[in-house]
Amino acid sequence: MATKIAAGAETLLWHHGAEGHDTISARTLGFWLYMMSDALIFASLFAAYGVLDNPFNAAGGPIAQQVVHPLEGFWQTIAVLGSVLAYSLATVALKNGSKIGVVHGILGAIVLAVVFLGFEAHDLLGLIAQGDGPQRSGFLSVFFMMIASHGLHMVFGILWMLVMLVQVARSGFTGDVVARLLNLRLFWQFQASVWVCVYVYVYLLGGF
Amino acid sequence: MLVQLQGPWSLLFGRLTLSALPYDNPIIVATFIFAAIAGAAVVGSVLYFGKLGYLWREWITTVDHKKIGVMYIIVGLVMLFRGFADGLMIRTQQVMADGPHSTGVLGAAHGFIPPFHFDQIYSAHGTIMLIFAATPILAGLGNIIVPLQIGARDMAFPYMNAVSLWLTTAGAALVMISLFVGDFSAAGWVGLIPLTELPYSPGVGVDYWMWAIQISSIGTTLNAINVIATIIEMRAPGMTWFRLPVFTWTTLSTSVIGLTAFPVLGVALALLGADRYLGTHFYTAGDGGNLMLYTNLFWIWGHPEVYFLVLPAFGIFSEIIPTFAQKALFGYVTMVAATLTIAGISWAVWLHHFFTMGAGPDVNGFFSIATMLVGIPTGVKVFNWLFTLYRGRLTFTTPMLWAVGGLFLLLLGGLTGMMLAEPAVNYTVHDSVFVIAHFHCMVLMITFAIFGAVIYWFPKIFGFPLDERTGKMFFWTFAIATALVFLAMFALGFEGETRRLDYLYDTDWKPMLVVEEAGMILYLVSILYFVKMLYVSLRDRAQNRVSSDPWGTARTLEWMTPSPVPFYNFAVTPQVNARDELAWRRENGLENVKPDHYEAIHMPCNTAVAPIIGVLTLAFGFGMIWRIWWMAGFALLGIIIVVIIRSFDKNLGYELKPEEIEKMENQAELGGIVAEQPARQPITEAEAH
Repeated sequence: MATKIAAGAETLLWHHGAEGHDTISARTLGFWLYMMSDALIFASLFAAYGVLDNPFNAAGGPIAQQVVHPLEGFWQTIAVLGSVLAYSLATVALKNGSKIGVVHGILGAIVLAVVFLGFEAHDLLGLIAQGDGPQRSGFLSVFFMMIASHGLHMVFGILWMLVMLVQVARSGFTGDVVARLLNLRLFWQFQASVWVCVYVYVYLLGGF
Repeated sequence: MLVQLQGPWSLLFGRLTLSALPYDNPIIVATFIFAAIAGAAVVGSVLYFGKLGYLWREWITTVDHKKIGVMYIIVGLVMLFRGFADGLMIRTQQVMADGPHSTGVLGAAHGFIPPFHFDQIYSAHGTIMLIFAATPILAGLGNIIVPLQIGARDMAFPYMNAVSLWLTTAGAALVMISLFVGDFSAAGWVGLIPLTELPYSPGVGVDYWMWAIQISSIGTTLNAINVIATIIEMRAPGMTWFRLPVFTWTTLSTSVIGLTAFPVLGVALALLGADRYLGTHFYTAGDGGNLMLYTNLFWIWGHPEVYFLVLPAFGIFSEIIPTFAQKALFGYVTMVAATLTIAGISWAVWLHHFFTMGAGPDVNGFFSIATMLVGIPTGVKVFNWLFTLYRGRLTFTTPMLWAVGGLFLLLLGGLTGMMLAEPAVNYTVHDSVFVIAHFHCMVLMITFAIFGAVIYWFPKIFGFPLDERTGKMFFWTFAIATALVFLAMFALGFEGETRRLDYLYDTDWKPMLVVEEAGMILYLVSILYFVKMLYVSLRDRAQNRVSSDPWGTARTLEWMTPSPVPFYNFAVTPQVNARDELAWRRENGLENVKPDHYEAIHMPCNTAVAPIIGVLTLAFGFGMIWRIWWMAGFALLGIIIVVIIRSFDKNLGYELKPEEIEKMENQAELGGIVAEQPARQPITEAEAH
């Protein structure tokens, strides 16, 4: 066996001071793992959408082509990608150690996210108002669930950003704050990637 | 938006009314009296001995992975007992209600349990045994053992670890509350669709089932993240991937399954919840719903969940067998490869749970072959264990008995599993108790591994061993009971008994039903031996204090720490030189070499945040179940606020001084799991920089 090494006098048995592991790297890894499980949530939702996106499941109600607005969705996509860009600028400012730059970047990201959610709320409330709410058919159920799940991620992202604004202003770039800002960046790009999939799968494939 | 419900609803109490309390049911009243006495005894003795503060400081607010693991196991054992009580009632009902001339008592036409109550019992039995007994116990074992086996101080995220525990406990508490307030789901542990939909299950039973699983599965997902991050980030120097003990490998694989499978369950249940609360049509029988969507989503989680439970059991066998065969594990690399292969294939077999649902020969063929493929890595494992035993110096201690007994069950369950992997066989035995006997062989194999593991690692955690004599009686009564119940059940399956029957029409089944009931009574005897084992071991603990390696032939890193393990695990991080580090040190005469000096250790402070989140989650679940919107709303808001407040907390933990460590290393009980620690000052920000 290759693992059998005879012990010599110089064999090291104890390792003093080995415990200081890199907390930011552990937290980043942990966050990637969380995103993996979150991605599985969306994978299941996409699978459910694939199953229920069928004229039969529309149960006489509207099908995808009648409820999605690809052009409006396009502006939403611009807003969400702009929000990611703004957050990325905040990360550049973080690299330069500029508090004010980080705050401005995050504020920009929040504003664009709110614009996105405004479009979305307008869209969904309009459908409900004309009687095509999630209770109308299996297809509309999964349509609303898909959009709302992504929207909920954005709401929590905005809440997280507001907390980070306070923390950056109060304590500056401590290890905790930096780790959170970096994970928030991952989260924000994750929700944007999910939106891109939603846009392609629901809006583009459904609309054309 | 919200669905209109039949029946009363009030702003303050939601659907909850006095009639929700089943005081007219003698079985539940008796159970309640038993639970109340037991609860009063526990609470009373805590108050009488003045241990409330100790319990709060050392256990409830703890972030120590070993204490969290022990609490997971305690929750799991309580639920295991509850699940067993359900099983005993199912078996007793069936033996009493066989044939048209069987008599009925307590208001039942046959037997002693009316059909609706019986349906709740088997639904609760399955849900509890898989999700609230086996899962927490295995999570607890992983929590305790994995950081020790890789030479780590704690889990990667100690605070999140505590949150996972309290979420799981909140889920288990909801299941327990359902016993006395309202009722539980009567739609099977799998949530048979569309029976779980509101029109067919208008009560709160399905809501209890749904929210309990949902809440505890969030805890399981967080725990999986924690375990994976721990194994990747926190290994001691020299602990390379191919030196990891096999139990750590299996826990890693299991956590990967948990991380990827539980979100799918979350979606399956969330969509069901949307149907029940918001009136959507995901799974409804009309209006564009799709029943098979639920069935597929549920089993896409459900089958990986089976391997989620089986793999740690395999890991436990791989630790116990080499120790008591006094040989290195045969075929370590193939064992790791087989573990990962099983984890991978687990994702491609879910459809074998519903071969008869009309997927067609091509689809059934694919899933049939995928299912049979599982036999290859599992066979590799079995042969590796056998070759480890071959020409080993075997000692049949209690853990070894459980491990070898588990191998027999694995063989029985595995071979019948191969039969069931054949769709043609499936069409014959589908929904018969043959299937039930098959998967009980598998889950009892897991139970065998669990008892083996608890007895094997108990002295490491508590510093004294469990009594071998009563332990062996416990094993033999339990093993014979298993054989009686499930061999008879295989026979009944072939004779055509279908599952979930509260009334059996065929009197020819009577002899085998009596054999099963005898087995259940023997299980009851085995529980008495288990309690006696705990009692005798506790009584004689002072004479039986053990050293760091109580079995004398253990091989892995955790046995290098003092027994009981001090709360900081390793006083100095070990340098790993070989695959079985302790065995290697023993062979080279190095097992008694202690570190020459100690350095200060940085430890995290305890936190009340985790149990608070647990209580709020329980309130949220209860509010959602009874549709008490204010309660659910405030609880959810409370959780968010607590999490935000904690993110502003700048507690940097505390430092353990070298003198303190030296004292605890020389007198292990001082740092052990039951010892109370003195208050230590958290370090300030100025000291940290």
